[in-house]
Amino acid sequence: MAPDALAVLVFAPLVAALAVIVAPPRATTALALAGIALTAPALWVVTAAVLGGEVVEVALAGAAPPLGIAWRADGFSLTMAWLTFVVVAFVSLHALASFPSTSDAGRRFWPMWLILVASVYALFLSADLFNLYVTLELVTLTAVAMIAIGGAPAAMRAAMRYLLLGLMASLFYLLATALLYGQTGTLDLYQVGERLGEGALATTALALMITGLLVKSAIVPLHVWLPAAHGKAPGPVSAVLSALVVKVTLYILIRLWFWAGGALDDGLAAFVLGLLGAVAIVYGSIAAIVQTRLKMLVAYSTVAQLGYVMLLFPLASTAAFRAVTFHVLAHGVAKAAMFLAAANLLAALGSDRLQRLVGADQRYPVNVLAFALAGVSIMGLPPSGGFVAKWMLLEAAWQSQGWGWVAVISAGSLLAAVYVFRVVALAYAQPRPASSVRRPGTTPRGRFGATSVAALALAVLAIVLGIASAPVLSLIDLGLPPGMAP
Amino acid sequence: MTPVAIETTLHPLPLVVVLVSLFAGLAIAVLGEHQQRLRTVLNLAAAVVKLALVLWIAILVVGGSVPEFRFALVPGFDLVLRADSVSVLFASLSAALWLVTTVYAIAYLHRSSNRARFFGFFSICVTATMGIAMAGNLLTFFVFYELLTLATWPLVVHTGSRAAVRAGRTYLVYTLGGSALFLLGLIWLYALAGPQDFIAGGSLALVDLDETRALQAIFVLVAIGMGVKAAIVPLHAWLPRAMVAPAPVSALLHAVAVVKAGAFGLVRLVEDVFGASLTSDLGLAQALAVAASITIVYGSIVALLQDDLKKLLAYSTVSQVSYIALGIAVGGALATVGGMVHLVHQGVMKITMFFCAGTFATLLGVTRIDQLDGLARRLPWSAGAFSVAALGMIGLPPLAGFVSKWYLGAGAVATGQLWVVGVLVASTLLNAAYFLPLIARMWLRPAPERWPGGTTPSRLVVFGLVAPALFTAFCTIAFGVLAGSSYSPLDWATEIVRGYVP
Repeated sequence: MAPDALAVLVFAPLVAALAVIVAPPRATTALALAGIALTAPALWVVTAAVLGGEVVEVALAGAAPPLGIAWRADGFSLTMAWLTFVVVAFVSLHALASFPSTSDAGRRFWPMWLILVASVYALFLSADLFNLYVTLELVTLTAVAMIAIGGAPAAMRAAMRYLLLGLMASLFYLLATALLYGQTGTLDLYQVGERLGEGALATTALALMITGLLVKSAIVPLHVWLPAAHGKAPGPVSAVLSALVVKVTLYILIRLWFWAGGALDDGLAAFVLGLLGAVAIVYGSIAAIVQTRLKMLVAYSTVAQLGYVMLLFPLASTAAFRAVTFHVLAHGVAKAAMFLAAANLLAALGSDRLQRLVGADQRYPVNVLAFALAGVSIMGLPPSGGFVAKWMLLEAAWQSQGWGWVAVISAGSLLAAVYVFRVVALAYAQPRPASSVRRPGTTPRGRFGATSVAALALAVLAIVLGIASAPVLSLIDLGLPPGMAP
Repeated sequence: MTPVAIETTLHPLPLVVVLVSLFAGLAIAVLGEHQQRLRTVLNLAAAVVKLALVLWIAILVVGGSVPEFRFALVPGFDLVLRADSVSVLFASLSAALWLVTTVYAIAYLHRSSNRARFFGFFSICVTATMGIAMAGNLLTFFVFYELLTLATWPLVVHTGSRAAVRAGRTYLVYTLGGSALFLLGLIWLYALAGPQDFIAGGSLALVDLDETRALQAIFVLVAIGMGVKAAIVPLHAWLPRAMVAPAPVSALLHAVAVVKAGAFGLVRLVEDVFGASLTSDLGLAQALAVAASITIVYGSIVALLQDDLKKLLAYSTVSQVSYIALGIAVGGALATVGGMVHLVHQGVMKITMFFCAGTFATLLGVTRIDQLDGLARRLPWSAGAFSVAALGMIGLPPLAGFVSKWYLGAGAVATGQLWVVGVLVASTLLNAAYFLPLIARMWLRPAPERWPGGTTPSRLVVFGLVAPALFTAFCTIAFGVLAGSSYSPLDWATEIVRGYVP
């Protein structure tokens, strides 16, 4: 039953996407929601199997790799899949209001949205390099299309830049895959490392692959495309880009590093990756601090937060793996909430210039609260998912006596406090009399509209993750890399 | 004496007492701005229920049990909420003062905007304070300590003025900076000694560690985290600036929650983590005593130079709160009792003064010291309450402040640290130098023709402003006069210290 559930996970949104294209617009909402909702029971079934000690595998069309497509779900894939479900569910709630299915934008949005969801699920389940490539391309292409969906010139430019860099990165990845296949005769993610020998060709292949993945994960200094792409995209799209899309390539990198038989496990390379992460944390945070627009601030915050993931490579311990995986979850939920809140404020105020936020709390308290709660998690203050992640990461860094990493982690959360509180302080500030005239927003909405509820719900979830971390961690523990004991 | 692990009983009460005000806070926030009557009812009901629950816990503790609730927060580390006699001391102080502060705040803010937000965060503050009181280990303490920072910040910037936002920024720089060091100390401690719950006499005494330098560093890191909120010089600068906040918030910061949480944290750190003897062996008690003494004298001197009433009170707090740290740093039964009981005594005295200062500003527009002339003629009850509290601060027998100072002094003599007596004398003289002129102005000078400003609210509002101060002034007298009776703060503190010092 569990292998079938894996198929449902991918095909339910995919079939829904096709159905949305052919069905009349009024059926869109129901079809889309059904496609997403069906993945929940499927996830549940797979989770039950994995908790029972199984590794759920399926070979599509009855052929094993390298000919067929293999899917495989362990604790790590499932953790990511659950993150996908939660984020997608709430962001879809937002999108129902911001991309109504009867509008032009809505008709373009929903099919792509569903294909994106299906591709992300498929990516987390893929067990071979080529399949990963295909799903990665699908994720990138749909993401690019959705950034450009509004047609604004700035968004188009950002989408184009993302597309070009993304394609280049994909080429790197594809080339590396071909080289690896030539060397080892397999594409199986879990076998390629064992068969790979040493040599210039192997090194080149791995370097190409890592570079490609780093570009797509926007790790400093390869982040240049991210701020504009995430900052100019429509709210729900930004949310999902920051929460999920940049994480998928980090997922692949972690899989390759820790699962592919230690082919990449190299001390110097690990240190360099960690260093890039440290630079990302500091640089991204400072860049966020100096932004003048809310969504750009949130986008740079993503650049910084992705840096923490990179610390896994030098630390390379069970504690670090747990911490980083939990960080990915906490950041995903909190950042989605933050982007949704930012988008709601932008829609209400007509602009996301930070100065425009003065006094926003009086009129849009729910969205300001959502932003602030998500901010608590981003800063890593208790009680929140971000705190649990930071605590575990600090512990891991301390155990391995990585004092430099400890310093960066601590500094990172203080820098995050600067940009988060800057926004909240503006929203709490009293407008001076001259500017207190109400500026009508473009889309006035009720205080408890669906868009606000989606933002607040995700933000509350980011806090709850900090209290109810135990079940999540037990799932993560089922997906530890080989050689790491819980 | 070797500390022994405490027998605890699983009980949801410590959790419930924390959650009561959280739910009240959420409900108030959801109700929105216009449900004024319902909000008032909720506020008062939550405060009364909380006080009743704390009393219930106190009865359990007197009966000899230690109710506890725990669950895993981070793998390997539990969130522990546990009510021991120290918790009860702090929790009953906070819960009782909370009730009166709520009454006062409702009256004080009867015309303010954003009251839903204010009272929402106000309630979350008391949630955090209860969590701090009930925290059974340093991690739990840290979690609620941070929550307290987050929940007080919106109160500090409540008015939204430029000055308020700037004060809020200063507050965050100090508190978040301090807590980053606190967190590092915590991680280090747990890396060294494993997860530990508080134990009277020091949980570290149970593990055999030969790590003098590391332990000293850990103590300093954590103590800086506590010292920021306890406003120990030079970590105090945020406190006077936070005076831009509304008067109930100042009362809260100074007497109930924030500054007290820092001082309480120092108590826990010294008595329940390191233990008095280890603290002293590491040379840390002496260092803390010096830091506290400098703060006591410095705060008083700066207070002398102020012409703004609330600023003066702020520096007076800087000075007075360090009596608590001084008491536990000097060590020995008597001084420790003096420090612990001052936790309560300073609370009731200082809150009285802030209530009165707020009343003066609201009703007469009086904010500066030179405007106090003849004020007793207009507001005799408030002026009376203020004067009682000020005399208590100076240490006039038989008021509460005298009891604290007597025990501190006697403890210093008993442990042979005579210089501490010098600090106490200097502080008392300075207290008199800045408080007596205020009292003299209020009672002896003629009233001005016109008062600087102020409003004339309804009688009910005036009652809400004046009555809380009268109650706490009464406590100032009662805690001093009745110090020898059972269940007085002094008796309770003595009981606690029996567990700390053989």
